[in-house]
Amino acid sequence: MVVIEWLRMIAGFSLILVSAAVFTIEVIGVFKMKFSLNRMHAAAMGDTLGLLSGLAGLMILCGFNYTTLKMLLVLIFLWCSSPVASHLIARMELETNEKLSEHAESVELSEIDPRSASGEEV
Amino acid sequence: MSRKKSDEIYRKSFSYHFFRWLRDEEDPYIGKVEMSVKKPHLEEVETIRERMSEKQMMMDRIYDLSNNRMLLRFRQVYKVLAILFCVTLLGVLIVNVSYLPPIGDPDNPADNEVPTRYIEQGLQETGAINIVSGMILDYRAFDTFGESNVLFIATITVLILLRIDSTLKKKDPKKYERETNDRKFEPKNDLILQGGARVLTPVILIWGACVILNGHLSPGGGFSGGAIIGAGLILYLNAFGFVKTERFFVEKTYKYVSFTALTFYCLAKSYSFFTGANHLESHIPKGEPGAILSAGLILPLDICVGFVVACTMYTFYCMFRKGDF
Repeated sequence: MVVIEWLRMIAGFSLILVSAAVFTIEVIGVFKMKFSLNRMHAAAMGDTLGLLSGLAGLMILCGFNYTTLKMLLVLIFLWCSSPVASHLIARMELETNEKLSEHAESVELSEIDPRSASGEEV
Repeated sequence: MSRKKSDEIYRKSFSYHFFRWLRDEEDPYIGKVEMSVKKPHLEEVETIRERMSEKQMMMDRIYDLSNNRMLLRFRQVYKVLAILFCVTLLGVLIVNVSYLPPIGDPDNPADNEVPTRYIEQGLQETGAINIVSGMILDYRAFDTFGESNVLFIATITVLILLRIDSTLKKKDPKKYERETNDRKFEPKNDLILQGGARVLTPVILIWGACVILNGHLSPGGGFSGGAIIGAGLILYLNAFGFVKTERFFVEKTYKYVSFTALTFYCLAKSYSFFTGANHLESHIPKGEPGAILSAGLILPLDICVGFVVACTMYTFYCMFRKGDF
């Protein structure tokens, strides 16, 4: 029993440490990058992997009860909402930035998706 | 006309011009004072470049760190002083924090007879398990009523300031178009946002209702639950646009809901205060603590506050976004 407890603790704390490392890399990336899409790319790391590993570590440490279920719900809802928010920010940048070609290479949608060439809204 | 002066002399006199000016027949400035239209300041491209390069040269010479020893020193000293200042401020704050009274100490100045009474007899007197709810909606319900009215008044002010004049539609359609058309970059019919909103909005609204209805049983209540519902409404509005939300929320809805909630709050709490102050029997049942229908007036008052807060948040958003519902 003691061995299992120890293993649980080690697994939980190592997952939390992983999440802390991911968040550190994210913060460095956000402040180092100059272009907003690059910064979003850095920030998305913490939203997905950092959140997953941190909450997984907490869930392992907490055991099987209602609090764990709530943490799972937090994870699910943040995973639902943060990609949508990122998408909206990226779209805003795409539509409003006049000097987009200085930072990024733009590709016509019809080259990737043949559906859009026929006038269908994607 | 019995005039002593002849007409020619009269035309030169002051009173002639003055009365003509009074009758709006003559303007003393027109034709008398020459005002030439100023020409716009035009500059050759060459001179602009010259000016810019001169300025750049000046700046380069001022901030030439290899020659300007003073500036170099100043920058070094500035950095050191900034760090020193921050560290000192941090030290002062940390030292002060260590002098704060410890949490839970019975000798703390905040631990007087008021919280003792709330903790010991709050459940009995209000019937609410959540003591905070019992405090803000029973002992200090008047204060909460004032807060709800503050929200209402704030919304009214925003409505006065930001609402688009609806009579403009007939009078000046171009201006109306210009004022309402501020949605150039709005993510219209964004499929991803709509999918996200379709999943999240019902959950958010149900969660908000749950927080409001459990205000007397668990942490939460009207203010937090109303804020959650308002956020859900704003998300729905962003995803599906004003056409969909206008089906159930227009200015009239705001008026009726807020007014009804505030009036009910006022009347219910007046009754409760009146009976309490005059030692009359109150006919509002306390119920069994822990049940969803318990704690007397706290649940309906929570619902009222929740409605007011949700409507206020949504109206604020609409006004700042478009100036209309």
